[in-house]
Amino acid sequence: MAEAGNGSGRGEAALVAEGIHKSFGSLEVLKGISVRANDHDVVSILGSSGSGKSTFLRCINLLETPNAGQVFVKGELIRMRDGGSAGLVPEDKKQVERIRAKLAMVFQQFNLWSHMTVLQNVIEAPIHVLKVPKAEATEHGEEVLRRVGMFERKDYYPAHLSGGQQQRAAIARALAMEPEVMLFDEPTSALDPELVGEVLRVMRKLAEEGRTMLVVTHEMGFAREVSDQVMFLHEGLVEEYGPPQEVFGNPKSERFRQFLAGTLK
Amino acid sequence: MEPEERAPSLLEAIKDFSEHSSPVDFVIIAQHWEMFLTGIGYTLLIVAVSLIVGGALSLPLAVARAYRTPIVNQIIFGYVYVFRGTPLLVQLYLVYYGLGQFEAVRDSIFWPVLKDPLWCTLLTFVLNTAAYTTEIFRGAIEAIPYGEVEAAKACGMSSFQRTTRIVLPNALRRALPAYSNEIIFMLHGSVVASTVTIVDILGAGRILNSKYYLAYEGFLAAAVLYMLLVLIITRGFKVWEKHWHAHLRPREV
Repeated sequence: MAEAGNGSGRGEAALVAEGIHKSFGSLEVLKGISVRANDHDVVSILGSSGSGKSTFLRCINLLETPNAGQVFVKGELIRMRDGGSAGLVPEDKKQVERIRAKLAMVFQQFNLWSHMTVLQNVIEAPIHVLKVPKAEATEHGEEVLRRVGMFERKDYYPAHLSGGQQQRAAIARALAMEPEVMLFDEPTSALDPELVGEVLRVMRKLAEEGRTMLVVTHEMGFAREVSDQVMFLHEGLVEEYGPPQEVFGNPKSERFRQFLAGTLK
Repeated sequence: MEPEERAPSLLEAIKDFSEHSSPVDFVIIAQHWEMFLTGIGYTLLIVAVSLIVGGALSLPLAVARAYRTPIVNQIIFGYVYVFRGTPLLVQLYLVYYGLGQFEAVRDSIFWPVLKDPLWCTLLTFVLNTAAYTTEIFRGAIEAIPYGEVEAAKACGMSSFQRTTRIVLPNALRRALPAYSNEIIFMLHGSVVASTVTIVDILGAGRILNSKYYLAYEGFLAAAVLYMLLVLIITRGFKVWEKHWHAHLRPREV
């Protein structure tokens, strides 16, 4: 905790991850990755498949526990201790739960709770995690659904919606938590091409509203136009990092140039 | 005045037909309606208590199995294996006839319960249905897409909240068709209670059989009653499934 308050400036950042290492068995997926997002920043994380970008995002909210590294959310360090062969293990489950509630995540496969309607999905965590009264949560939930254009579908079950609608509902579920940082894990990769646009439009709107977002994506247009920082991962290392104009306009890394050539053709 | 030879009433005609011409004597069945009613009562009591207590018992067991809780998982597996691997009738005999052989059991405070056939039946049936239901629920829990659990984790739900708010409500809905089968099996299995002197539906049929040497009457009446109960149960589940499976049905346009 002491580190959080010192002069390194971590205290002001919405999210700081430092030196994240992650191995699955003998395979080292992340070899020390750091990121820093100030309030209202949008950071796009690019990379070919297998580069570790999704794993990195999942290490931030501890869906995967890193083998080494530190994560600060609003200056608060997620306390972890060495669990031997298990890598790091969280010291305090309650703290992890509290911090996860500040880091809403949007998944590639939407992961809506299938037995609940859209509105029930949206108000579930505010009621049971944030302990918001049901009436208030419902009112707020409906407002959030309006913002993603899903209010008319609020009583539908996920199975009765298109992929784009499900993903917008999932974004609404994340928004309803009023998170400090939103983590997007390839939010458009499971969608039919004609449904990608509606989800990206919602995400652009969130960026314009000043949401702090970490977005793992293959959407180069989104990364170039919306992000404040772009990060390119290759084989578990950061190959390229900087503002989009710089990174896209004058890539320093040969691999990123190849990657761009491959994705933009 | 000579008493006129009057025509037999409808009731008498049925009685006469039933006693002399019909292969099945309905009158005898009708005369013992109270016994069959008691039988229905016992059958329903045994099935209901077993299902409620056994079902409640199976929930934590299924969760422990599905979450692979160390040690506990193996113990539950052993219990389930034994109760699914042996016939219900044998289990009941072991409890009802078997336990009484041990002096320690006869001297224990449990004896007043364990010497009573109804309690023995309830105990056996609860353990039996809990074993089957544990497996049904475990399968349903394991069938939940892991992404839904991760989504619950990611928004800060505790392990208990994930289980009670996401995993179980979803799993129990999925388990409904398999569970309705378990209820019918339990109803049919409940006939073994009649072998330890309990007058359930089959017990009533057996009394009729032994009293009048009429095999058809008692057992046919019992069969019809069981069929009616199954009909009611399956109808009930249809309605229930319609309600709980709204999220799985194709949307009505």
